[in-house]
Amino acid sequence: MATQWIFFEIFEALNEVPFYHVLLEVGLLLWILWLIFHKSYNPKELEQLTEKEKEQLIDDWTPEPLVGNVPQNHPYLKPPTVSGKAGKYINVDGHHCLNMATHNYLGFVGNKDIEESAIKTIQKYGVGSCGPRGFYGTVDVHLDLEDRLTEFMKMEEAVVYSYGFSTIASAIPAYAKRGDVIFVDENVNFAIQKGLDASRSRIRFFKHNDMVDLERLLIEQAELDKKNPKKAQVTRRFLIVEGIYMNSGDICPLPELVELRKKYKLRIFIDESISFATLGDHGRGVTEYYNIPKEEVDMITSSMEWSLATIGGFCVGSSFVVEHQRLSGLGYCFSASLPPLLATAAITSLNIMERDPSMFKKLQTRCQLVHKALSALSSFSLQGDPDSPVKHLYLRDPPNCRETERNLLSKIVDFCIEHGVAVVIAAYLQMERFVSRDSIRVTVNNTLTDDEISNVALVFEKACSEVLH
Amino acid sequence: MTPNPRQRRSRNIFASNMAANGVVCSSKKKIQNGKLILKEVNGKQNVFSEQAKNAQLLETKSSNGRPPKKPDRSKESFEEVPLYTAVMTYLGFYLLMFLGYINQLFFTPKVAMERNRDGYVPLFDRFESFYLRYVYRRVRDCWNQPICGVPGAEVILKDRITKDYGWTFEYTGTYTKCLNLGSYNYLGFAEATGPCAEAAAEAIKTYGCAMCSPVQELGTHPLVLELERTTARFVGTEDAIVFGMGFATNALNLPSLVSPGCLVLSDEKNHASLILGLRLSGATIKVFRHNNVSSLEKLLREAVVYGQPRTRRPWKKILIVVEGVYSMEGSVVRLPDIIRLKKKYKAYLYLDEAHSIGAMGENGRGVLDYHGCDPKDVDILMGTFTKSFASAGGYIAGSKHLINYLRVNSHAACYASAMSPPIAQQIITSMKIIMGEDGTLEGKKRIMQLARNTRYFRQRLKQMGVILYGNDDSPVVPFLVYMFSKIGAVVRTLRTRNIATVGVGFPATPLMEGRIRFCLSAAHTKEQLDKV
Repeated sequence: MATQWIFFEIFEALNEVPFYHVLLEVGLLLWILWLIFHKSYNPKELEQLTEKEKEQLIDDWTPEPLVGNVPQNHPYLKPPTVSGKAGKYINVDGHHCLNMATHNYLGFVGNKDIEESAIKTIQKYGVGSCGPRGFYGTVDVHLDLEDRLTEFMKMEEAVVYSYGFSTIASAIPAYAKRGDVIFVDENVNFAIQKGLDASRSRIRFFKHNDMVDLERLLIEQAELDKKNPKKAQVTRRFLIVEGIYMNSGDICPLPELVELRKKYKLRIFIDESISFATLGDHGRGVTEYYNIPKEEVDMITSSMEWSLATIGGFCVGSSFVVEHQRLSGLGYCFSASLPPLLATAAITSLNIMERDPSMFKKLQTRCQLVHKALSALSSFSLQGDPDSPVKHLYLRDPPNCRETERNLLSKIVDFCIEHGVAVVIAAYLQMERFVSRDSIRVTVNNTLTDDEISNVALVFEKACSEVLH
Repeated sequence: MTPNPRQRRSRNIFASNMAANGVVCSSKKKIQNGKLILKEVNGKQNVFSEQAKNAQLLETKSSNGRPPKKPDRSKESFEEVPLYTAVMTYLGFYLLMFLGYINQLFFTPKVAMERNRDGYVPLFDRFESFYLRYVYRRVRDCWNQPICGVPGAEVILKDRITKDYGWTFEYTGTYTKCLNLGSYNYLGFAEATGPCAEAAAEAIKTYGCAMCSPVQELGTHPLVLELERTTARFVGTEDAIVFGMGFATNALNLPSLVSPGCLVLSDEKNHASLILGLRLSGATIKVFRHNNVSSLEKLLREAVVYGQPRTRRPWKKILIVVEGVYSMEGSVVRLPDIIRLKKKYKAYLYLDEAHSIGAMGENGRGVLDYHGCDPKDVDILMGTFTKSFASAGGYIAGSKHLINYLRVNSHAACYASAMSPPIAQQIITSMKIIMGEDGTLEGKKRIMQLARNTRYFRQRLKQMGVILYGNDDSPVVPFLVYMFSKIGAVVRTLRTRNIATVGVGFPATPLMEGRIRFCLSAAHTKEQLDKV
């Protein structure tokens, strides 16, 4: 009843109202509806380009040149040519020199046994392995090599890669993903830096060999964890160091690192490219040097390209850790495997090393002698541990400009080469995270005699007096 | 067997016959049958994707009866999955996962456990370890099979059996000789005797096994210089630079070519090394559909017209990254179209010829030879020496300007060690043989043999009614078996019949498309292929 009455009233009201009023109301209503549903003014749409304009833009656009220019006389364009073997003596650009530049620490280049075994392997397996490890590229020599490496290093399992650079650069991203934290030394080599980039984790650099700095960073991380314990439970923490740093020649303080590892629950990966087969009584590297049991370290990687005088790299560790790389190490799964002849060369080198462990002692005495001789030089400051086979020589009074420093160093290097001692300037790219000063890198191998060492020091002195004064 | 030009003509005539008969080959028809077998047409199988068919019709109309100058190369076939098979594949996968869960509940895994690490964050994801243990383990014996001999036409496999369902393997000590359809040995250079092997042995005696030094320091030896010159001559560019590993070549040189602020358009199915290199470089990456020129064109147009996404600034440079032959698909890149696009939009082109160098083309010079294009049109030519030259390593070839820049700025040139002398020597010898510089016709013979083998094999398989992917001329033949466990079954069965092949499934390929891959080689004879 009430509703009917209301309708009746509305009807009456409509009849009584003047006509223009109704029209106005309806008009207003329609206008409101139109405003509500009309598409709002979108500034982006004004920019619809016509086809002609697009063609114009395409014609006008000039990209940057693909690559920039390099100065014509850049030293890297004409690196010195080595003819013949790079063994004890090396023939650089026609000069017959004592080799203190290539990383042939145990003198395996030119070893007859190794060459014999490599030639025999070619005759059995051909040269290449023609396939990645998963697809018939696993030759039985690879499996032999992995077994020998585990025996030698007294670990559980080993994985062999076909290139030293890609060993560590694939191993790191296989374990560390986005959201993890990695603590690294500043002076790590470039391959590790690339591995860190590929892993997309949060990277924290600590000052070179500085445990106080590292502890500070770890405490910071612990504070962050306290604030967010749920996230902390899924964030993995890694510590990556090198046994002997390529960029400085120092040995890492492994006992302290292991202490920190236990305290803050990190996982430690050591890149023993230089320290493998050079430190320790049997050549097992930093762990043997410091007498640390193998359970304390999660994984050890190394490249075989320096001490073992072949090409490739490997990772050893406990089965639990290393197995993972067989499926997720990019350089392992998606790349061809190591050519069999190089794998056999590595096995033969391991045989020689096991047969004759005195060569490591010999190498270490040589390193110390070279260290003594070179630290007496007047114009150079020597950086590097006495036991390390890689040492860096920096100018004592460096000029202000980097270019001049490099020029002076290269003149010194040329002088040395002409006088029978081959050394090199350490090669760096400008895009390293922390670009180091240019230096001359000296490597020690265990075939040097005392006379030769003193001769080297003399040549350096002469070079300095010639070039710097 | 007929040489190349005549065969092309016969194919064109056949295609025009089909068009004349009004046959529409669309894949929808197969779903009606519900079976995997193709419709038989005129006694022979042939299925064209829509695009290829149109292109063909245009070509054949103009060149009927005469051998065409630029041959019609768009003979690719990509079938769609019949519905029935798709459903079964998904079901099979879920079943496997389900069984895995049950297994995990009841039986403890016999896998290495971590020791001495209590209270640490676990190293691996739960799902990863689950997948690894229960799904992958069942078919694990299909991969990582060790060989003990030359990976040539026949290969000797070391037998192994597993007594506990795949947790561990034991070697039985016997060896089986199998026909090798799994190694990348396209021109048959993987041999233990012959001029290559002898030259490599000589190189060891002269230069030793390795140089022990990064390239920029004291790692350059005359073999490397000769190799660079020979590669440049082979590919047809001004200069080349070589590296010790193919994977590293891509991953370490792309960052020096592109940087943040550049746009990279890469194909869907690019290799992991290219993807890694692009990620490391920091450039913006956009993916276009596999071998789909219109998708590429659309992206290019948008990129040039609209610039960077939010700031609207123009891109610094645009790089298109494609591969010559895709290893999982077997398809060949549509090079002339891409070059045309590149010129129009002023982009740069990076061509990764890992599988195609030496294997495609009349002179073995790769897809450029195959399509008849000019090497100067492609800015950066990259390739590896592992596949056709039976060695190891990679190269980048291009103009002298580019190579000089790479020599100075490339990561691999500065830090990675130099190439090993016997490896370099093997490549030089094999390249010279292919080019015919050693005076014999051996190289030409091998190329012809490979082309013959490819055509014959594909033809025969198609007649049998299986689904193959890829271009008719590519030596990589993926043979689709959709179901996950079927891959394992087929590989094992083939192995019992002494044929060694490769099975690929998720995650290397999309879930739907598990496949068996055959890699043909010039060393295979007709009888061996018949057996398969």
